[in-house]
Amino acid sequence: MEAKQYIGEGWKHAILIIGAIVVMLPFYMMVSMSLKSQQEIQSISGGLIGAQETQTFPVCVKTGYSEETCTMKPYQYNYWFAFEKAPIPRYLMNGVIVTLSIFIIQVLVALPCAYALAKLRFYGREFVFSMVLFCLLIPVHGIALPLYVMLAQAGLVDTYSALILPWTISVFGIFLMRQFFMTVPDELIDAARMDGMGEYAIVWKVMLPTAIPALLAFAIFSVVAHWNDYFWPRMVITGNRDLFTPPLGIREFRGGIDSDEFGPMMASIVTVTVPLIVAFIIAQKRFIEGITLTGMK
Amino acid sequence: MGTISLKNISKSFGSTQVLNNLNVDINDGEFLTLVGPSGCGKSTLLRIIAGLEQQTSGDVLIDNKNVNRVRASERDLAMVFQSYALYPHLTVRRNLETPLRLRDYNAFERLPLIGNFSPSKKEKTESINQLVNKTSETLKISELLDRKPGQLSGGQRQRVALGRAMVREPVAFLMDEPLSNLDAALRVHMRSELSELHNSLKTTFVYVTHDQAEALTMSSRMAVMIDGNLLQLDTPQEVYDNPSSLSVAQFVGSPKINIFKGTSDSSGTVSFLNVNLKRKSSESNTDLHIGIRPEHLEITNESNDNTFSGTVAYRENLGSDIFFHINIEDGSNKIIVRGLPQFTHQISNGSSVNIKRVSDKALLFNQAGMRVQFTNA
Repeated sequence: MEAKQYIGEGWKHAILIIGAIVVMLPFYMMVSMSLKSQQEIQSISGGLIGAQETQTFPVCVKTGYSEETCTMKPYQYNYWFAFEKAPIPRYLMNGVIVTLSIFIIQVLVALPCAYALAKLRFYGREFVFSMVLFCLLIPVHGIALPLYVMLAQAGLVDTYSALILPWTISVFGIFLMRQFFMTVPDELIDAARMDGMGEYAIVWKVMLPTAIPALLAFAIFSVVAHWNDYFWPRMVITGNRDLFTPPLGIREFRGGIDSDEFGPMMASIVTVTVPLIVAFIIAQKRFIEGITLTGMK
Repeated sequence: MGTISLKNISKSFGSTQVLNNLNVDINDGEFLTLVGPSGCGKSTLLRIIAGLEQQTSGDVLIDNKNVNRVRASERDLAMVFQSYALYPHLTVRRNLETPLRLRDYNAFERLPLIGNFSPSKKEKTESINQLVNKTSETLKISELLDRKPGQLSGGQRQRVALGRAMVREPVAFLMDEPLSNLDAALRVHMRSELSELHNSLKTTFVYVTHDQAEALTMSSRMAVMIDGNLLQLDTPQEVYDNPSSLSVAQFVGSPKINIFKGTSDSSGTVSFLNVNLKRKSSESNTDLHIGIRPEHLEITNESNDNTFSGTVAYRENLGSDIFFHINIEDGSNKIIVRGLPQFTHQISNGSSVNIKRVSDKALLFNQAGMRVQFTNA
C-alpha cells in the first residue's frame, strides 16, 4: 500500500520536475552563455561554464581597446564588456525609477477608486465598474498610436513622463483591489467611521494595511510588466540613450560592428533579470505571511 | 447626558419598507434593547441612530439636538459590532488609542514624524495613555495591550471592542449583537458583565439583539420590533407578562407560549378544548386565540372539567426543568408544558397525561392578533 502511494506521488513529482526543467532551461542557457566564450557558444560545447581559457577577444580589440586589456577569461570579459559597452547601471536605475513611479501612482489612483467601487453606494456605481471591466478588454497595442500622438503633441516624447504617464491608471489594479475590498467586512469601515475617520483616512489607514497581500500581488504584476516592457519604451524613447530602460539597453548588444556577440549580451540580460528575481523572492515571503483578516471573525 | 429621541423614523431601500414610522424615546442612562427576529430592521434603526445610515424620513435627536445632518463621527456615540471590527493590523493598544487620537490630535499632529514637533502633542499623548490604561484596567485587558487582534480569543476581542467604545466616554453606547459570536457559556457570563458595566458607567446603552433572553436579562426597557414596526416598548417583565399582541407573546419567552384556538359566547365566557375560563372576555361572540405560557400549565393526576389530556411526544430535560412536548388528544394542537423534575421524572415519551392550567394567567388575542382584555366582572 505504502509503496503504491510512493509510486503515485513519484509520478506527480516526475511531471512537475519535467515542467520545472522546461521553465528553467532558458534561464540555464542564459547563465551558461553569459559565462562562456563566443566559440564555445557557437559550437555548443563546454557544458555549463566552458573551459574558461584566458584569451584575447577580437571584438574588444576592434572597439579600440589594447590587446592587453582585451585578454582575460571569458566570464570576466562577458560581464566587463557588457558594462563597458552600455551604461547598464544607468539603465537599471531608469528601470527602477519608471517601475516604482508607475506602481506608486497606480496605487494612489487604484486604492481610492477600488474603495469607492467596493464600499460606497452612489448612483451609477455599477456602470462605472462595468466601464472598468470594459477597459480591461482594450489591448495596449490598440491604443499605442493615439497615445504616442498625444504625448508627442504635448512634447513629452523622450522624457520619463512618456514612460510613466500612460500607465498611471491601472484598470487591472482597480479591479483587483476592488475584488479584495469586497471581502473586507463593512463593520470594519463603520467602526472606523464611528472612531472619527474620514473616507480618505479609511482608505490609507484601514484598507491599505489590510490589503497588503493583494497589493503585493498587484506589485508583482505591475513591476514585472513594466520592468520587462520593451514595446512602449521603444516607441516613446526615440533618441535619448540616457532614458533607456533595461530591455532597451539589451538591444544595444544587437547588430553593429560586433554583430551579435552573445556572451556580453547574455551577461547584460542576467544583470537585468537578477533584481526582479530577488525582488520576487523577497515579496513571495511577505506574500505568504500577509496581514490576514483573522482579527475580524 | 445621553437622551436619544427617534421621531417618525421611516426607512426604505428602494421599494422595500424596512422601518415604519417609529417613535422611541431613550432616557439618559437607560439600557434599552431593540429585540426582534432577524430582518425586522433593528440593526438598521441602530445604524440610523449611529449616523451610518440615513433615514428616509423622520428625525433623530441626541440630547434634544437634531442630528439628521451630523456625521457619524461627530455624534459622540460609540458602537460595538457583532464581529468586533478591530483593526487587524494594529495592536490592542493602538486599537484603543485610535478613537482618541482622531478626537484629540489635530490634523498636523496626526502626521507621521513631523507631527511630533507640535508642542501640545506630548500632553495629549499623556492623557490618551492614561485613558487607555484606565479602560484596560476596568476591562482587565492590560496584559493584552501589545497583542494583535488575531492573537486574541473571541471573549478577549469582545472586551477590546468594548474598550475601544469606552475610552472616548461617549454620550451613548450602541451595540449590535455584540455577544452573538461568543460561545454559550461566555455569552451568559458577558451578559452579567455588560449589566455591571452599565451600572458603573451610568451611560445610555442601546442594545440590538435577536435573542429575547438577552433582552429580558439585561435591559431596563425593551422594544420589540417585528417587520419594521415597533410593537411594544416596556420593561422586560411587563412585555413578558402583558404582551400587546400575539406576535410579541410568541417572540418573547422560551419555550414559546402555547396558543389554543377558542371562542367566546355572548356573555363573554371563553372556552377552548373542554375548558371554560372563569374570567370573561371583553369581546363576545368571536373566535379567539388563548395564550398560556408553558410554566402556567401543570401535569396533574386530576381529571375534571378544568383539565385536558394528551400524549407526551418528546421530553426535553434541562435538569432544573423538564419541558414536555404534548400532542393534545383531539390532534388540534402541540403544546409545551413545564414540569418540575421531582414530580414528573417518571413520565416518559408516549405516556398520556392530564394537564391543568394555573388560573388567571391566560392571555387573549383576537383574530387580528391584538390583545383582548378580560372584563373584571
